[in-house]
Amino acid sequence: MKKQSSMLLAAAMLLSLTACASSGAKSESTASEKAAGGSAKWKIGAEGPLSGGAAVYGNAVANGAELAVKEINEKGGINGYQIEFKKADDEHDQEKAVNAFNSLKDWGMQVLVGPTTSAPTIAVGSEAEADNLFVLTPTGSAVECTAPKNVFRVCFSDPAQGTKSAQYIGEHKLGKKVGVLYDSSDVYSSGIRDAFVEEAKKQGIELTEDQQFTADSNKDFSTQLQKLRDAGADLVFLPFYYTEAALVLKQANTMGYKPIFFGCDGMDGLLDVENFDSSLAEGLMLLTPYSADAEDERTKNFVKSYEAQYGDTPIQFAADAYDAVYAIKAAAEKEDLKPSLSVSEIGDGLEKGMTEIQLDGLTGSGMRWSAEGDVDKEPKAVRVENGSYVSAE
Amino acid sequence: MNGNGRRKKIFQSDMASYAMILAAYLAAELFLRSGAAGSLFKGLLVPLCIYSIMALSLNLVVGISGELSLGHAGFMCIGAFSSASFSMLMKGQGLPNGLCLFLAIVIGALSAAVFGFLIGIPVLRLKGDYLAIVTLAFGEIIKNLINALYFGVDERGAHFSLKDGAALKLAGGGRIIIKGAQGITGTPKLSNFTVGIILLLLSLFLVLRLMNSRTGRAIAAVRDNRIAAESIGLDAARLKLLAFTISAAIAGAAGVLYAHNLSSLQALPKNFGYNQSIMILVFVVLGGIGNMRGSVIAAVLLTLLPELLRSLNDYRMLIYAVVLILMMLFTSSPSFLSFRRELLLRLRGRGKDGREVS
Repeated sequence: MKKQSSMLLAAAMLLSLTACASSGAKSESTASEKAAGGSAKWKIGAEGPLSGGAAVYGNAVANGAELAVKEINEKGGINGYQIEFKKADDEHDQEKAVNAFNSLKDWGMQVLVGPTTSAPTIAVGSEAEADNLFVLTPTGSAVECTAPKNVFRVCFSDPAQGTKSAQYIGEHKLGKKVGVLYDSSDVYSSGIRDAFVEEAKKQGIELTEDQQFTADSNKDFSTQLQKLRDAGADLVFLPFYYTEAALVLKQANTMGYKPIFFGCDGMDGLLDVENFDSSLAEGLMLLTPYSADAEDERTKNFVKSYEAQYGDTPIQFAADAYDAVYAIKAAAEKEDLKPSLSVSEIGDGLEKGMTEIQLDGLTGSGMRWSAEGDVDKEPKAVRVENGSYVSAE
Repeated sequence: MNGNGRRKKIFQSDMASYAMILAAYLAAELFLRSGAAGSLFKGLLVPLCIYSIMALSLNLVVGISGELSLGHAGFMCIGAFSSASFSMLMKGQGLPNGLCLFLAIVIGALSAAVFGFLIGIPVLRLKGDYLAIVTLAFGEIIKNLINALYFGVDERGAHFSLKDGAALKLAGGGRIIIKGAQGITGTPKLSNFTVGIILLLLSLFLVLRLMNSRTGRAIAAVRDNRIAAESIGLDAARLKLLAFTISAAIAGAAGVLYAHNLSSLQALPKNFGYNQSIMILVFVVLGGIGNMRGSVIAAVLLTLLPELLRSLNDYRMLIYAVVLILMMLFTSSPSFLSFRRELLLRLRGRGKDGREVS
């Protein structure tokens, strides 16, 4: 009996394996057919955590990229060719990220906008390097993400943000005693913090207290805040995302602790947190290349159509992905690329094109890329006043 | 049924398991050679081996020694990080790839075994569910420890820190191998399908031989009735410790395969956390506790399923859950079992007693 049932299961397994394989093969052949045919289309994939704890970021990236693709298609596509878009879920896991990447490749992807988070970006980057498939990660901020020559990014690298924050605080003499609170289990947070601490020494900033928490204990910060207060920190650097920051600000307020809080680009989105009393954020400063409240025409249009399409305010992740698609467009037009070229030829072209373009996007104007794949743009320092951002300059 | 008949039956069943894996290997290889295989298919082959090995490893603990381990992903994590550190140290030293992977597997399996042994010593002396509780904690502790650990080397030797990279105080030319939450980046990609299958066959061989050996029967005797087993002079704690240590070593080897399949290695809740341990337990329970072939099949099916359902986006989670429930009914619901039995009898067209029913 056992044998029969296991044989049955084994048969099912083989069947599903072949199903998996044949579906892959089919889409590959259709991809090449399309590439060979006259009505060729660009195939751009996006990847990020669409489910699970980090889904906010992945969905923002997928939506931002999709919005840009729609706009470009309406205006005639890239070099006259329309774009097909597909997103895949990587669940913020390296292994799933490679699977998602492979499924997009089977679909016929030529360029990847993604992955969203750092570890998947590193894993996917080295897979993509073998095919020389061009990867433009909107938000993979760890230094190692852009190590392969085919990977570029739109956001700052973590150390760049930490360094820039320390320089800004040092130059403007914002605090006498500076404390740091960070998420030691998070790559983004600890990456920024390490560079911040290093640069702070050079700037002659006095670091009093260095407090940490982990993803498993990111609800109650009273112990850490108490220590920061006891150390007399009059400026606290918070290099992490707005979800935790909302709790930190609330708890600090309950304790009656009122230093200057200073955040990074992950802090953007704070004012839109549900049930968050935005008066708590009064005086908060952050260094960010993008804010949804910016007054320029480009951001206003983007926020308006994003809200109409997806029903919520776009966070920085969405803006980065939106810029990524436009960067690909600019680079492809610069090199006069066509979708009928092979993936590797497109990769070569875009790698060259990216270093030659200058892009005015949502997350910075005059963005330029180095051959290493890193972006050169200036972050803006903003301060929260009366529930909205104002320039801190 | 006499002893010889029983042995013959076990032999046949074992051979069927090996044959199944070899057949799957050959089929997959043929398919790869034919050129029709998609990228997703190619990319999934190694993970399928990894999770099959994990299922075998846990089935050894759950099925044969009758203990519950809820932290098997922790052993995988240890195997992954120890071996990846080793390969990172060996990178650029001119070590041939095959030898490097072999040594990595040995190191990964050994270090996981050491942890399994150390945990087992106090816990397996106790009766009850203590192993489940301790391994649950162990898995989480290992994950958090790795997330806080910085490890680097320079010409003065190895440096460790739990604070940050700067605290390692590396001399010029030093390298940071484990970088806290960012883990290990740039592990050479040495795993491939053939190595995975060889490891899977080896683990299966090890587990099946152990099951059918004198020691294995003694372990099973302790599981079924500890008092009776001890009364005939079996050392219950020692036997359980043996099974648990071997299981940890196999899990460590799976971790080595995992680490050398991806270029970035981080201890996230997703890959080495509690949920992963439970997932492996699900493979074992659905495949049949103590049924090695079943757990391999369950591991393969349940790893493939979410990828096959990728096109359904969010609905895949829903369907996955439904499939889990159906599989559970299929393998253990009494009414379904009797229905299956009747169906088979009718198919065979002749009566046979239901003794074989699992």
